[in-house]
Amino acid sequence: MDAFQNKVSRRTVLGAGVAGVATLAMPSLLRAQDKSLKIGVYGGYFKDSFDKNIFPDFTKATGIAVESVAEPTGEAWLVQLEQAARAGQAPADVSMMSQVAMLKGQATDLWTPLDMAKIPNASNLLDRFVNKYPDGRVGGIGAVAWYITLVTNTDVYKEAPDSWAAFWDKANEDKLGLLALVSNSFLLEVTAKTFFGGTDALSTEEGLLKAFDKLAEVKPNVRLWYRDEAQFEQALKSGEIPMGQYYHDVTGLAAADGNPVRSTFPKEGGIQDSGCWALSRASKKSEEAHIFINYMSQPAIQATLSRKVGTAPTVKRELLDLTDEEFAAVSSDIEPIIPRYDLYQTKSDWLNQKWTELIAG
Amino acid sequence: MKREPPRTLADYGPLLFPAAMLTVFFVVPSGTMIAVSFFQRQQGGFYTPAFVWSNYERFLSVFFGNVLGFSLMLAIAVAICCVVLALPFTYLLARMSRRAQVLWLVGLLSVLSLSEVIIGFAWSTLFSRTAGITNLLVAIGLMDSPKALYPGFSAVLTGMVYQAFPYTVLVLFPALVRLDPTLTEAARTLGSSPLRAFFNVVIPALRNTIVATLIMVFIFALGSYLLPQILGRPQHWTLSVLITDQAIYQSNMPFAAAMAVFLVLVTLALVTLTLFLGRKGEAA
Repeated sequence: MDAFQNKVSRRTVLGAGVAGVATLAMPSLLRAQDKSLKIGVYGGYFKDSFDKNIFPDFTKATGIAVESVAEPTGEAWLVQLEQAARAGQAPADVSMMSQVAMLKGQATDLWTPLDMAKIPNASNLLDRFVNKYPDGRVGGIGAVAWYITLVTNTDVYKEAPDSWAAFWDKANEDKLGLLALVSNSFLLEVTAKTFFGGTDALSTEEGLLKAFDKLAEVKPNVRLWYRDEAQFEQALKSGEIPMGQYYHDVTGLAAADGNPVRSTFPKEGGIQDSGCWALSRASKKSEEAHIFINYMSQPAIQATLSRKVGTAPTVKRELLDLTDEEFAAVSSDIEPIIPRYDLYQTKSDWLNQKWTELIAG
Repeated sequence: MKREPPRTLADYGPLLFPAAMLTVFFVVPSGTMIAVSFFQRQQGGFYTPAFVWSNYERFLSVFFGNVLGFSLMLAIAVAICCVVLALPFTYLLARMSRRAQVLWLVGLLSVLSLSEVIIGFAWSTLFSRTAGITNLLVAIGLMDSPKALYPGFSAVLTGMVYQAFPYTVLVLFPALVRLDPTLTEAARTLGSSPLRAFFNVVIPALRNTIVATLIMVFIFALGSYLLPQILGRPQHWTLSVLITDQAIYQSNMPFAAAMAVFLVLVTLALVTLTLFLGRKGEAA
């Protein structure tokens, strides 16, 4: 028994000694250990890509260790952050948040205002990617952007449609796959841009009702209202549901794999949605968070994201070293349709009710 | 060992564990749900503790009435289909050799290991125009061209019956195995055909089991929210789908909780009614 214990303790001492020497030999590890940051990104493909292509380089460049946290899509993560912040906890210091979630978080002062003096690279960004509180404080900085476009199966549609109006074409009866929620399909904006001159038409209740009426005409053409992306992607590839709205980046990847699909930027523009980096008010890592956000706003990093993750850059085109082909793979020069995020905050229940009645009624 | 009624407080000791479990996993969550259903929704934010009826008021509309009605109707249809299919099946299964029974039951149990998502996607492929079963019918010349069998009500019903069928068999099986074979033998001796003996003797003898199974499948089907989404059109979405939308996508917990409370109340009322009618029928 004694011998056993001795052996264990000797081994432990030896092990500790080795570990100690190793730590001393690698000061960067020591530094990384006392500087760390918990970062929330959408779970699955996104988090995997960030873990592989972005975070290791960031740690190397700044010495800040990253613990990535998989966050759910939808607003579940916002609810968790809010509940945790009330208890003084931050499940993640910095999180990638959707625009609607940014606005909802602003309502409860969930986001720590960012100090722009510490984020000089923010000047690279397109203006619309700087998220501001109503009083001008900065709540979040654009992380990545992506497009929802008009997608078709190339076996069924030899010619690419050039307008969102194709959704309303009687010839496409029972052929469309559209997103099932008012707040992620942005079809009201598409309707307004295509038929009523722009998304400003949605500013009044009358305008919204007109858009709803116009959108009701699409119903007979819709075969699938999807919440789950895989469901539509599969049907689009096989030609079962040959037209619809889908993510430009993923469609591009599917086409590159040899599937008969294409993504088209309609002449009215693709729908551009984006995520912001935002700092929870319960986080004590403000310094590290500013360094991270500044790092992510570099043109070179945005270019890497476009090449490796397939997202559209949030910085100005002329600062990027992306070739025309690389840029076209993730974005377009056609003026995008920017969702009316404000509506999903101020009128969310009314819109949701009208929408559900429209599609399920 | 002789069984005695508990006398001292310590005799009730063994009750503590189940009582604690019931409190932690049932009473507390249900209580929270009921409490939240009265909270005040903050549009564009979260909710604040309050006591308001507005969440219930919003539910009381023709639209939600229709959705609730459809959900109940769908669950009842699934329950009836399952029992109608499973009863003769289990009756025959109970009369097979031990070996055959084990094989069948293992097969059925393996269906239970499939997640709802896999079942939904598998059926959507089987019902598709491009790869579905209608292609087989075309190949043997029964149809001219393949067509899509989903989305639609029958697709939803098929998927849900498929999912609930193994449970139905598992609930019916013990009762049917224990069913006294002399009952049917007597009926046969008295001149009944096998079919007639099944309907006049077996079914009445299993009345309580059948009612219990119907209720179980009904409640099981009422909670389904994935299959109606994958295999149905929006008009086939159940109340559970809308509850999920409110809770997860709209972060409107109070309204989601109010809908859930409503669903539980209606379910309890229906089950009570069924049991009450059953007892009355028995007395008559």
